[in-house]
Formats: sequence, C-alpha cells, structure tokens
Amino acid sequence: MTEFLQQLINGLSLGAIYALLALGYTMVYGVLRFINFAHADVFMVGSFAGYYAARHVPAGTIWGGLAVLFIAMAACTVLGVAIERFTYRPLRNAPRLNILITAIGMSLLLEYGVQLLFGSTPRNFPAVFPTSQLHLGGLTVSSNQVIVIAVSAVLLVGLQLVVFRTRLGAAMRAVSLNPRAAQLVGINLNTVVTFTFALGSALAGAGGVLYAMNYPSIDPFMGVMPGLKAFVAAILGGIGSLPGAALGALILGFAETFVGGSAYSTYKDAIAFGLLIVIMLLRPAGLLGRLTVEKV
Amino acid sequence: MVKTHLRLLPSVLTLSHLSVAYGPIHAVNDISLEIPRGAIVTLIGGNGAGKTTTLQSISGLVRPAAGVIRFDGTDITRLAPHQIVALGLCHVPEGRLVFANLSVAENLALGAYLQRDPALVEQTRDHIFTLFPRLKERLKQTAGTLSGGEQQMLAIGRALMGRPRFLMLDEPSLGIAPRLVTTIFERIVEINRDQGITILLVEQNAHLALEISSHAYVLETGRISISGPSADLRADPRLKAAYLGG
Repeated sequence: MTEFLQQLINGLSLGAIYALLALGYTMVYGVLRFINFAHADVFMVGSFAGYYAARHVPAGTIWGGLAVLFIAMAACTVLGVAIERFTYRPLRNAPRLNILITAIGMSLLLEYGVQLLFGSTPRNFPAVFPTSQLHLGGLTVSSNQVIVIAVSAVLLVGLQLVVFRTRLGAAMRAVSLNPRAAQLVGINLNTVVTFTFALGSALAGAGGVLYAMNYPSIDPFMGVMPGLKAFVAAILGGIGSLPGAALGALILGFAETFVGGSAYSTYKDAIAFGLLIVIMLLRPAGLLGRLTVEKV
Repeated sequence: MVKTHLRLLPSVLTLSHLSVAYGPIHAVNDISLEIPRGAIVTLIGGNGAGKTTTLQSISGLVRPAAGVIRFDGTDITRLAPHQIVALGLCHVPEGRLVFANLSVAENLALGAYLQRDPALVEQTRDHIFTLFPRLKERLKQTAGTLSGGEQQMLAIGRALMGRPRFLMLDEPSLGIAPRLVTTIFERIVEINRDQGITILLVEQNAHLALEISSHAYVLETGRISISGPSADLRADPRLKAAYLGG
C-alpha cells in the first residue's frame, strides 16, 4: 500500500510536468490546427533560462525559486511569441504541411543553437528551492515533488481561469471552435494566436524549471523525450481539449512511474507510445476529444 | 420612383473593379457595386457565380487580387476582418457558422465581443429577442442542436449584437423550412426599416430577394451581367428564364 501511494505521488509529480507541456501542444493545435514541434525546445530553453537566472538569486529559498520560475516563464513567453510571429505567421495561409515542417526546423534550430552557445555537456541544475525530505507514515516525499505539484496546480487553475473567465479566453475558445466565425464577430485572430503562444510557452518554461529541478541535469536535447511524451499525452486526452491534455498527462505520468517501479522498468518509455497506439485504435479522437469532420 | 430615390442617396459601400482569384481561377472578375445607405440590395446568381467570394472579400476573409472596397469613405480593402466589424459592417456567413458547442446565450455574447457598454449589450439583446422570440426560449440550448432556421436566426442575432450599420447576409434561406424562410425575410425587412441598417443580401432564391430589395445585381461566373431596380429585374425576360423559373 505504502509502495502504491509512493508511486502515486511520484506519478503525480511527473504527470504534472507533462501536463504543463501538453497544454501548450493542445492549445496551439486548438487555435491553429498544427503541432508545434518546437514546443519541447521552448521547454528546454526554459530550463537554461532558469539555470542562468539561478546564479543571480539566493539559492535554496522560496523567493529565489519563484524568481527563477518567473524569469524562465518570461523568457519562454518572449521566445514562443517570437517564434510564432516570425516563422509560423508568414505561413498562416500556406498548406498545413509547410508550417509543420517549419516547426520541425525550428525545433532543430533551437536544439543546435543552444548547443552552439552553451555546449552539449550536461549541466547540473542547482537547487533553487529549499530541499528537504518529508516523511509521512512510510512515505517519502521530497520537497521538490511538493513544489512541482503545487506550482503545476496553481498554473493549471490559473490557466482555467484565463481561458474560461476572461475576454481573451473567450476569444481563444471561439477561434478554436470556428476561426472564421470568430473573426466575423470582431476577434483579432493574430492577438489570439499570440496570446495562445504566450500562455503555452510560459507553461513550458515553468515545466522546464520544474523538470530540471527533479532530474537535475540539463542539456540542449533534454526536451525531446518529455516533449514526445507530452505530445502523446495531448493526443491521448484528445488534442485540442485542455482537460484532456491534463488527464492524458496524469495517466502517462502514473503509467510510467508504475512500470518504472516494477520488474519491467526498462520498458517505461515504451509505455507512453504503447498507450498511444492503443488509444488511437480504440478512440481515435482521444479520451475527451471530439471527432470533428472538417468542412471544406 | 425607386430609381430617383437611389440616385439621391449617397452610397455607403462601393466596390470598384474588384477581382478575387483562387490560384489561377478568377472567382470574381472586375465587378463594381454601389450600395445606397439604408437600402436593401441583393446579389443574385447561380452556384459558383462568386456571390460568397464577393461578401468574403468585403468582410476581409478573402484578399482581393485587385480593386478597391470603400465603406463609408474608408478604404477597407486591406483591413483585417475584426477591423471591418469594428467599423460597423457585419457578415452573416453562408452556412451560418454558429459556435455549435456553445449555448445560444454564449453565441450572442460573442457577437458583442467588441461592445464595451454592458447596458447597451443588454438592450441590443432584448431587441433581438423581440425580433426572434425563439432565441430567448432556447437561450441555454447548445447552438448545434437548433434547427437550421433557428441557427439562421441565431447567426443574424449574433451579427446584430455587434450593432452594425451594415449587414451582409449570405443565403439566409439555404436549407431552411419554407415557413421559417418567410419569418426570416420579414425580420430582415424589419431590421432594415426600423433600425436603418443597410443590407446586402446574397440569395439563390431570386423571387424572395427581388421582392424585398430595392436594387439588384446579377452575378454570372464572376461578372455582373445585369443590374437595376429590383422591380425592373422582376420583369426582365433574361432573369425570368434563368432564375425565376420561366
């Protein structure tokens, strides 16, 4: 039982990070109907931004940690918005495939760009938040896990409020339902797209720092695996659906930690992709997704 | 009489030598239109004549290849759709395009996206309920579950929530029960008469369109073939043969 609860907590903190990333994929898909393959690399840049920010704040403090998070989120927001503005926007009316290929190119550019600037040697991510081990009954919970879960919960609730309680959030939902109709009621498509990239990238930035805190080593290619997993999570939950992305991410986080803690731990990465195949066969629209027929 | 009336009124929307191309295909080829303020003008023509494309280029959804569109003195040819809505020109698109997963109330609220005065929004909404009481009854219902006619009412209501001075309607009778078509056309006339909103109506049902409009243009494969006061066109033998069923 203790073992089970322990894995549950581990799974929750891993799932929370996947959720932060998966939301970015799903939001961009919702608004523009394409997969932003560079998203995982924005996440990576987030951990690098956090790494450098950490040098300028007192280590091991709550405020220092929050400052690092905030700086990483801000840096990623700027990066995400700039990527959209200068690479995806000019291709808005081009065939969907062009923008997809551009996203892959952007992803490689970020990976090798960071490698060029900072080298490919993995760096140790500093302990930006205070660290301790909490013992609850037989459970061991690291303060990092608590922070990951708490920060993610706050961000997810915040996102929910932004999307469902603000004017721009309403505009975002309108665009994802019907971009044409949204424009005809006076919604500025570009503003909504910029806003979507800003939100998604900020979450990825936070995810990058939280991930780096728990697996305390960062390198230019660190985004690839979590990015793929988060992408799978978004598909699993139903791409375009916000609750779906969060649900898919949690399922993936749990599945991965439970398999990781079993005799089959070598197969933990295979689980993500195995799940994807099963879901695609059984429910092509994902768990909470709706199959929509695109009218041309 | 209609003729002189038209000449006296300044036009609120002018299209000069508008052309729209999809790749090598010219959907609209060098057309010019003038819509007098306060009028109902109709654009009729068969499938693929370029009617929808014309409306889409006016509302900014489609970029014209050539030509100028002026609305109330402003050149709107290169403006984005939301800027054109902000000027008071609203477009009820073909196929209605209601937000199917949202409720009637949410659809109407989105129609008022650019409206900043809650009291005015409330007032507009009440007025729309007097035009289409059905919408008030179905306020909480998901738009996608409404009948075609009700969706059309919602689409018109949503556009009116933007408090337009000029309304473009694309095939409001398409796929709608005949009884509701009559209601909707009566409301269109009311909107024009009581609120002074200028209307550009695209229709395949030429009978109906010519009945409620003062002036008409006939589009054929991207060009204007006939134009004139609707009363004259109703008697035009060319139109009778092609669109009015003999």
